[in-house]
Amino acid sequence: MTTVTVRIPTPLRPYTQGVDEVRAEGATVAEAIHALGAAYAGLLARVLTPEGEPRQFVNIYLGSRNVRTLQGMTTRVTEGDVISIVPAVAGGAT
Amino acid sequence: MLHLPQTLGESLNAFVRQGYPRETCGLLLGVRLGDEHVVSRVRRAHNVNIERAEDRYELDPDDFLSADREARAAGLDIVGIWHSHPDHPARPSATDRDGAWPGWSYLIISVGREGVGEIRSWRLNGGDFEEEEIRT
Repeated sequence: MTTVTVRIPTPLRPYTQGVDEVRAEGATVAEAIHALGAAYAGLLARVLTPEGEPRQFVNIYLGSRNVRTLQGMTTRVTEGDVISIVPAVAGGAT
Repeated sequence: MLHLPQTLGESLNAFVRQGYPRETCGLLLGVRLGDEHVVSRVRRAHNVNIERAEDRYELDPDDFLSADREARAAGLDIVGIWHSHPDHPARPSATDRDGAWPGWSYLIISVGREGVGEIRSWRLNGGDFEEEEIRT
C-alpha cells in the first residue's frame, strides 16, 4: 500500500484535532482522501461531493498540480507524494 | 485580534492602490497565539475572476499552495486572507460571507480613486462575520 501525506488547511483542522498534515494510504488520490475520511469523522463531507468529486469550494492538489488537470480523483499516487487540500477563497465588494 | 505591523500594512496599501479599480487579494502568513493572529508576512495572489474583477475576487489556488508551502517551511501558518473593496466600505458583503471559511482573519481594505480608505478585519463566527481589533 502506498503512503502519502495529506496537508490539511486551517479551516478543516477542527476535524483533525488541529493536526496540519496526516499520513494516509491508498493507490489513488480518491483512496487516500477516503482513508483520511475514515480516520477523521466529518472531514470527507467537507472535501468531496456524495459522488466523490472535490466540492465546489475545494481544490485537491497532488504535488504542484491540481488533480483536475491530471486524471482527477483517479490519479495514481506514489510513495511519499503530498496531497494538499486547498480551499477556494472568494468574495467581493458587492 | 489581528496584529499587523505597520510596514506590512503599508505593503498592502501599495498592493491595493496598484490594483485599483480592480479587486486585489492575497494571504496573511504568521502565527496563532491563542485566539490572536500575528502576521509576519503578506503575500499577493492573482485574482482569477477576470470577468468581474471590479467587485469580485477569486484567489488563485496555485498562489494559495505556494503561500502554504512557504508558510510551512518557515514554521508559519496562513492566518488570514486580505482583499480590497474598490469604491466600497471595508465591510464584508453577502458574497464575502458566502465564500468565507472559519478560523481565518478576513482583512478588507477600502480603496478609491483618492487612495486607501479604512482597513478592517473580520472573522466568521457561526454564519456571520464579527469585527476584530487590528493592532499594529
